Amino acid sequence: MIPLAASSGMDLMSQLPALQVMVPLIGAVVTAAIRQRHIAAAITVACSVAMPLIAILILAEVQANGTISYAMGGWAPPIGIEYRIDPANAFILLLVSIMGAVVALYAPRSMAYEVSEERQAWTYAMYLMCMSGLLGMAITGDAFNIFVFMEISSLAMYTLIAMGSERRALVAAFQYLVIGTLGATFYVIGVGLLFSLTGTLNLYDLAQIMPAVEAGHRSAIAGLAFIVVGIGLKLAMFPMHLWLPNAYAYAPTVATAFLASTATKVAVYLLLRFVFSIFGVEFSFTATPMAEILMVLAALAMLVCSFSAIFQINVKRMLAYSSVSQVGYMLMGIALVNEAGLTGGISHLFNHAIIKACLFMAVGCAFYATGVTRTENLAGLGRTMPLTMAAFVIAGLGLIGVPGTAGFVSKWYLVQGASEAGLWWVVAVIVVSSVMAVFYVGAVVEVAYFREPKVPVVRKPPTEMVAMTWVLTLAVIYFGVVTDVNGDVAAAAARELMAGWAR
Amino acid sequence: MPELADRSLLEALATHYNYWITIFLMVAGLYIVVARSNMIKTLVGLGIFQTSVYLLYLTPGKILGGTAPILTEGAETYSNPLPHVLILTAIVVGVATLALGLALAVRIHEAYGTIEEDDITAVVDREDFAE
Repeated sequence: MIPLAASSGMDLMSQLPALQVMVPLIGAVVTAAIRQRHIAAAITVACSVAMPLIAILILAEVQANGTISYAMGGWAPPIGIEYRIDPANAFILLLVSIMGAVVALYAPRSMAYEVSEERQAWTYAMYLMCMSGLLGMAITGDAFNIFVFMEISSLAMYTLIAMGSERRALVAAFQYLVIGTLGATFYVIGVGLLFSLTGTLNLYDLAQIMPAVEAGHRSAIAGLAFIVVGIGLKLAMFPMHLWLPNAYAYAPTVATAFLASTATKVAVYLLLRFVFSIFGVEFSFTATPMAEILMVLAALAMLVCSFSAIFQINVKRMLAYSSVSQVGYMLMGIALVNEAGLTGGISHLFNHAIIKACLFMAVGCAFYATGVTRTENLAGLGRTMPLTMAAFVIAGLGLIGVPGTAGFVSKWYLVQGASEAGLWWVVAVIVVSSVMAVFYVGAVVEVAYFREPKVPVVRKPPTEMVAMTWVLTLAVIYFGVVTDVNGDVAAAAARELMAGWAR
Repeated sequence: MPELADRSLLEALATHYNYWITIFLMVAGLYIVVARSNMIKTLVGLGIFQTSVYLLYLTPGKILGGTAPILTEGAETYSNPLPHVLILTAIVVGVATLALGLALAVRIHEAYGTIEEDDITAVVDREDFAE
C-alpha cells in the first residue's frame, strides 16, 4: 500500500502525511493485541511523542513550499484519496499532536489511579485510535474519508468516556454515542447531497465545481445546512451542547484533557474548511443567513453557558460548561466574516486547547491527591498543593483573558474583528462573558486559597503529572507574550481560508 | 426544479419514490431517537436513521439501463460503483456504532438495573440532591 520498504531518508520524508495517521493507528492495534498495561503505556507515549515531530516537519514543509498534496496509496486525486495540507490544517495537526503528546506523558499514573487495571491497556489503545482519527480528520482532503475518520475518533471517544470510574460515565457515553452518531449522519447526508450535485468527494475538486452549480441550487443550501448542523453537534454548538458537560465531567481525567483540547477543535476546523474553502464566503454568507444565526448562537453560548458554569458544584462540570462558552468565541470569530475576527477564532482554538487541557490536568492532579472533584472540597488546596493550584490560577487567568496570557491574544483579535464590523454589542458580549469567567474561576480560587483545608492530601501527585501541567501553564504565559504561532500562523491560516479554494 | 411544479403531485411521488422513502425513514428514525426513552429503541431509531442515508447515496448511483460496472462485450452504460463502496463502509461504521451502543446498554443495565433513560435520570437527580 505505502511503499515504505525502500525507506531511505528522502522517501520517509515524502511519506510524512501517511505516517501522521498510520503511526498511532498501528500503535493502537499493537496495544490492543498485547494487552499489557506497562507496554501499552510505553507504546502510547512513544507514538504520541513522535506525532509533534512529524507535524512540525509537515508545517515547515508547508511554510517553505506551500500546500502539500499526498496521494494515498499512489492513486492520483481526485479519484484517489488525497491528503491535502495547507497552513490551516498544518496548524491543527500541530495542535492535536502536541496536546496528544503532553496528555500521553501525563497519562500513566493518572490512568493507573482512575481506570481499573485490566482495562488500562484497552484505554490506551482507544486513546491512540482517537488521536489517529482526529489527525485523519484534519489531514484528509476527501469528504467521505473525513466521515470515516470522524467515526473512528468518535467510537474511541465513547469508549474512553465510558471508562470513567462512576457509573454515570456509562450514561454520558451512551448519550454522546446517540448524539455523536446523529451528528456524523447529518454530516454524511450533507456530503451525499454535494456528491449527487457534483459527482466528486475530493474537497479541493469540490471547491472548484461548487461555484458553477451552487448559485440558487437548493441542494447546495441543504447540503451546507446538513453539514453545519452535523459538525455543530460534534463541536457542541449551542444549543446542541447537552452531551458535553456530562461527557467531560465523568470521563477519566486523561480522556477529558485530551478531548477538551482536541475533539471540538478539529470539528471547528472542519466547519471552517467547508464554510470558507469549499462553499466560499460569498455563497455561505449571502445565500444563507448563516452569519446571523452563528452570531446569535455564539453570543448565547458565551452568555448562557458561562452563567451555567458559575452555578456548577463539580469543578469538572464547571470547566465543561466553560468549554461550551469558549466554543462560542470561536464561532463568533467565524460569524464576523472578516480577517481579524477569523484570526481571533483560530487563535482562540489554539489558546483554549492549551488553557483547558491545563485546567483539567490541574484538577486531575488534585483528584489524584485528594479523590474529590466537588468545588467545596478543594478548600485549602492553595496551601496544601501550592504548585498545582498555582497552575490552575494562571490557566484560569488565561481563560478570563488577562493581558500577558494566551487568552488575551485571541480576545484582542476578536474585539478588533467585531469593531471592524461595527458590531459593538458583540464587544459587549465578549466583555460580559469574560467577567462571568472571573466569577467561575474566582469561585474555585476563593475556596482553594481563603478557606481552611477540608479534605486531606492523601498523597503527593506524581512529578510528571505536575510537570506536564506546568508545561502547559508556561505555554499559556509564553503564547500570551510571543504571538508568532497563535497570532501570525493563525493569521496566515485565516487569510488562506478567507481566500477560499475556488480558482 | 421548476418543471417539477407543472407536473402532478402523483407523478412527482412516483418518479422520485426512492427519495420519499429516504425522507420517511430519516424522519421516522430521528423521531424514534428523540421520542423513546428505552435505550434499545433509541438504537433501533438510530439504525433506521442511518439506513435512510444508504438509500440516499445509492439512488443517484443507479443509471437506468446501466449494468454492473464490469467491462464486458455489449454493455455501454454502467452504474456508478462509487456509492456502493461508500455505503459498504458506512454499513460497517453503522454496525460498529450499534455494537458499541448495545454494549453500553448492557453495562448500564448492570449498573442501574434499567435501560429506561427516564428512570436513570430520576436516579441521577436523586444522587445529585443527596450529595
